[in-house]
Amino acid sequence: MEWFADPANAKSLGLLIFFVTFCLIVLWVYGSKKRGKRLEEHKNIPFLDDEDMKDKSNG
Amino acid sequence: MSATNAAVAEPYDYDVIKKFAVMAVVWAVVGMFVGVYIASQLAWPVLNFDSPYITFGRFRPVHTGAVIFGFGGSALFATSYYVVQRTCQTRLFAPGLATFTFWGWQAVIVLAALSYVMGYSQGKEYAEMEWPIDLLILFVWVAYMAVFIGTLMQRKQAHIYVANWFYLSFILATAILHTFNNIAIPVGLFTLKSYSIFSGAQDAMVQWWYGHNAVGFFLTAAFLGMMYYFVPKHAGRPVYSYRLSIVHFWALSFMYMWVGTHHLHWTALPDWASTLGATFSIMLLLPSWGGMINGIMTLSGAWDKLRTDPIMRFMIVALSFYGMSTFEGPLMSLKDVNALSHYTDWTVGHVHSGALGWVAMISFGSLYHMIPRLWNTQMYSIRLINTHFWLATIGVLLYITAMWISGISQGLMWRAFDDFGNLQYSFVESVAAMHPFYVMRAIGGMFFLAGMCLMAYNVYRTIRQGVLAAQATAAPAAAAA
Repeated sequence: MEWFADPANAKSLGLLIFFVTFCLIVLWVYGSKKRGKRLEEHKNIPFLDDEDMKDKSNG
Repeated sequence: MSATNAAVAEPYDYDVIKKFAVMAVVWAVVGMFVGVYIASQLAWPVLNFDSPYITFGRFRPVHTGAVIFGFGGSALFATSYYVVQRTCQTRLFAPGLATFTFWGWQAVIVLAALSYVMGYSQGKEYAEMEWPIDLLILFVWVAYMAVFIGTLMQRKQAHIYVANWFYLSFILATAILHTFNNIAIPVGLFTLKSYSIFSGAQDAMVQWWYGHNAVGFFLTAAFLGMMYYFVPKHAGRPVYSYRLSIVHFWALSFMYMWVGTHHLHWTALPDWASTLGATFSIMLLLPSWGGMINGIMTLSGAWDKLRTDPIMRFMIVALSFYGMSTFEGPLMSLKDVNALSHYTDWTVGHVHSGALGWVAMISFGSLYHMIPRLWNTQMYSIRLINTHFWLATIGVLLYITAMWISGISQGLMWRAFDDFGNLQYSFVESVAAMHPFYVMRAIGGMFFLAGMCLMAYNVYRTIRQGVLAAQATAAPAAAAA
């Protein structure tokens, strides 16, 4: 516990917390096929308001 | 009454977006003109005209302020207000506050430029504004945050689309960076002059923590938000991998904050601190390229659009420059490479491959997509967009090639020794050797500016066309009523 309380160790501790959190996020994103499918469905959000079907930029 | 009807008919609040979009184009022309002027001063010093007001030292922050905060900032305000409304399917929260962000932000750019020309500067790169302007930025930014978060909170869509995550991280990070880097003590209540609360190596570290995160969150994360909405929307197909975009977001958010010290290799800063910055810079290559691949692969199966659609071309070339400059950045952060590249024009070339190639081009593509939709019309001329694309591309290539040659030559000349161990070249000899490349850089800038002027004309004609069409539709309706 003393190690955690020492301000000199804050940087290492911060790095450890961020790294573990990031690993958990990656695990959460790629860990389940069902969740992955649900996440991928969100990619269609920009098209949900497509009232402007004709391309107004001529592009 | 008609205004009320318009507000009811229009599902989104476009008024403030239109204002920001127009000013983005205006500041781009102004900022790039000043950039070309100072580049020309370096090639042809007679352009200083012996006037202190227009010297390189005073005009340089006018250029960076106008292009980064004027053009880039206005483009980000415009697109973030557009994207957050359309992906949340709701109107802007507190439109009055949003209008305040417009006038406040424009006041910041104008006041900052005037203060630089008058000789007032904190001497901190990209944070030259003195304390009263810093306070105004703080008020505007808190209002911006309130509008953006308020709009997210009243969303009709359960999930917050990833582009908004990038915009939100940019807003939060910029608030933190701006506040801490600008803690200063004013000399007096009625004077513009102030001094930073930090000093020496500590001041340098705080400045470059700010400086590189301004690149990371203002010039990267925010424009990635732009990319994650406008590239799929314009391509007409969803982003390649939504899960990759989530990992891209979190990896950038965790890593960018650590890298600022790579600007301070071989200085009074502790060696471990700048080595840590370099280590994280190398690690950043992975999420950066992951994001670039995600953007480019969105076009998978529709590559033919690159042949026919200059707006798509702007976006994909922007992503290519994003990939290139995020490879070059980590390379330059290595201590041995930095020993050659730092303080030379290579750094200037690197910044501009990111700023012109990535930031400006993704903004051009997004504005060309958004502006006709705001005014419910079509772009006035596709040929002009195509010409703009080629002028911009040639301009960037000329610019960065000139700066690569110039920068590497400078670095090699400064470290060359003769047989007796003396420096082989005097500083002024290295300056003379740079001259042809300074001319080449100024010409590259002229190409880019010429393209920008074409865009301004094209946008002006597009808006005029949209306004005239709206008036023509409104007149018979009013007569019938």
